[in-house]
Amino acid sequence: MTLFALFLCFLQIGAFSFGGGLAALPLIQQQVVTLNNWMSMSEFTDLIAIAEMTPGPIAVNSATFVGIHLFGIKGAIVATLGCILPSILFVAALGFLYNKYKKHYLLEGVLAGLRPAVVAMILSAGISIFLIAVFGTELNSFNIYAIIIFLCALYFMAIKKVNPILVLLLSGIIGGGFYIFMGLPI
Amino acid sequence: MNNNKVSLVSLFTSFASIGAITFGGGYAMLPFLEREVCDKRAWIKNEELLDFYALGQCTPGIIAINVATYIGYKKRGFLGALFSSIGIIFPSIFIITIISALFINFQDNQYVISAVAGIKVVVCALIANSIYRLVKKSIIDKTTFSLFIIALICLFIFKINIYLLILLSIIAGLVIKKVKKELSHAK
Repeated sequence: MTLFALFLCFLQIGAFSFGGGLAALPLIQQQVVTLNNWMSMSEFTDLIAIAEMTPGPIAVNSATFVGIHLFGIKGAIVATLGCILPSILFVAALGFLYNKYKKHYLLEGVLAGLRPAVVAMILSAGISIFLIAVFGTELNSFNIYAIIIFLCALYFMAIKKVNPILVLLLSGIIGGGFYIFMGLPI
Repeated sequence: MNNNKVSLVSLFTSFASIGAITFGGGYAMLPFLEREVCDKRAWIKNEELLDFYALGQCTPGIIAINVATYIGYKKRGFLGALFSSIGIIFPSIFIITIISALFINFQDNQYVISAVAGIKVVVCALIANSIYRLVKKSIIDKTTFSLFIIALICLFIFKINIYLLILLSIIAGLVIKKVKKELSHAK
């Protein structure tokens, strides 16, 4: 087990995961748990929880976590750099083409077709996060508090134009306070 | 807009600040990107951000990193791409290192779980707000509206694979472009 092997492993994850986030997790599991035995399945479950609960892209958080687990801060840096290197190379190549041919009618056609589909995909991702927040992961419970917070947050951000970072912070405090006073998570 | 005015350091700090507050990554990053990169810094237009999401989805790699890298590349070429993507991962390295050093069983702490649950709800509200803005800007005529509705039906009713949807959208876009071109020639 070397730093270089860790780098190569996350280089592959960076290169072969499309979409990222939760979509990258099966790939990470395969590399880290099944192929290399760097982590047990229960350690990997902790990894998913922590990667989802901390800010930053989930795949990057996972890379950092695996790196720290194996080699400390050195490992964290190597794993995350491996994770982003393919993006930098692919994007530099495609970005060059995009800037050069942005006005070409074929690329205009491609983008005109993709734009509405991407908005639909974002909407669908938003709806699935919302459903989990309100109805739980198994969709078998109903959380009225989540709906109230959702509507309040929407009102303050969209109509009152309150800074979203402030709303985010407040919702975290409300969530934590909720547990202190009610003895159960939101 | 003068591209040379964007410094590598400001690319790094902007994306580091986005990385530090994005819970969930990818699409959850969109509202903060809009705010920082389109509204505050005016580096790119909202429509371009949507293009970068479209390209970022089709490019191998993690979507959050891809979008950041496209923006960096557009402003400062290869170095810009490098500084933006390192910016976005910087908070992850910092935060996860601290958590794994100081907090044992962080993921089982009920206060943390509850706080994160509250934050996730607000992330939904943020995404809802961004989608509203995106729809207003990009669903502008009968063609885009029909494509949007068809894509929604494919995703929700037929549950088609996202890459099949991307491929079909590209084909649809090309066909529509071709037809429009023929029609304008015929006139």
